[in-house]
Amino acid sequence: MVEQTSITWDTFSGEIFKRNWVFKLMIGLCPTLAVSTSILNALSMGAATTFVLVCSSTIISSLRNFIPNEVRITAYIMVISTFVIIVDYVMKAISVELYDAFGPFIALIVVNCIILGHAEAYASKNSVLSTIVNALGSGVGFTVALLLLSAPREILGNGTLLGYQVVWDNFQTWLIMITPVGGFLMLAFWISIFNWFDKRKTGNVTETKGGCHG
Amino acid sequence: MGNSLISIFLNSMLTNNVLVVYFLGLCSFFGVTNKLSVAWSMSVAVILVTFIASQLAYVIDIVTTLIQVEHLRNLAKIAVIASTVQIIDIVMKSSMSGMHKAFGIYLALITTNCLVFGVAVIQTSKGYSYTECISYSLGAGFGYTLMMMIMAGLRVRLELSNPPELMKGAVLSLIIACYLSFLMQGFNGLGN
Repeated sequence: MVEQTSITWDTFSGEIFKRNWVFKLMIGLCPTLAVSTSILNALSMGAATTFVLVCSSTIISSLRNFIPNEVRITAYIMVISTFVIIVDYVMKAISVELYDAFGPFIALIVVNCIILGHAEAYASKNSVLSTIVNALGSGVGFTVALLLLSAPREILGNGTLLGYQVVWDNFQTWLIMITPVGGFLMLAFWISIFNWFDKRKTGNVTETKGGCHG
Repeated sequence: MGNSLISIFLNSMLTNNVLVVYFLGLCSFFGVTNKLSVAWSMSVAVILVTFIASQLAYVIDIVTTLIQVEHLRNLAKIAVIASTVQIIDIVMKSSMSGMHKAFGIYLALITTNCLVFGVAVIQTSKGYSYTECISYSLGAGFGYTLMMMIMAGLRVRLELSNPPELMKGAVLSLIIACYLSFLMQGFNGLGN
């Protein structure tokens, strides 16, 4: 039905840096900025999103010939929402503290543009196997983005890394880094770093633009 | 600490602005603020849909609690919101084609806007009553509009400026967002 691309190493690894959803496409910013205040939060959110992404993409990809085109978005959301409910309950069972820290953002995985975008752009056009590989890559890429944002924010804003103190004793913490302001600042910093790498490689800057308008 | 309607409104509009403090609907914040007119259409559509979705979410909360299927609450909410937006789109197309043309594609895009769903989830977690829900959703809509218009206005001016090459486009918008978020922290303590 649609042309099948073969699975290569790039299917997986390309999603991590070359086509990173957060830094290159600016998709899925809301959870990225909201939960990247500490590394533990970032890791849990990354794992939860990867789980939902892989499971829902697999199902959507295997049903791609049965879902009518007119109701596809609603159908995708239904599939994604089912897995988000699973994550919601699992998270609550593992750690209530973590669950409270996320607030509404566990439920909001449903409207994470990365998952819906992946379903629309990749899962609905490719074979199940290559979708799983690609979804895994995207999930890892998202987690990497969260870690890159959260590590400096936690160290500078709180003086800790994974809960252990890593700075000297009378270090003045930058309180601003764990407020929403720091999230925007750190993301701007990383995107300009990525632009700089691009410039060194290709000689010119490809302007990053907002990807999803939802 | 009066939990009055005005304080809820101010809280969701300024202190805990949905866009720059709660980080909801950021995609459209960076995606459609290139032009003032487009940002305005999107904002009006968001106010309308958030208001309607918030009422629907309130009803869904009551119904799901009544028949004891709380675990399906979010599933029901997103399904109802998505189909309501579709219905509004169809009704508007047939009876108010002028208005439909003004909204353009943005009404359909709102289906996946985290702001609409986020407001529906947050009002439940805060346990708001019906009138408080109205106040909260309107505040969220107006807060969104405020930020969108400021952002779009600033970006129009920035088109003429000459920033460092590495910071063109997205990075510059993020830094503006950073300042706006800082601005909103100045309202801390207003409302609750």
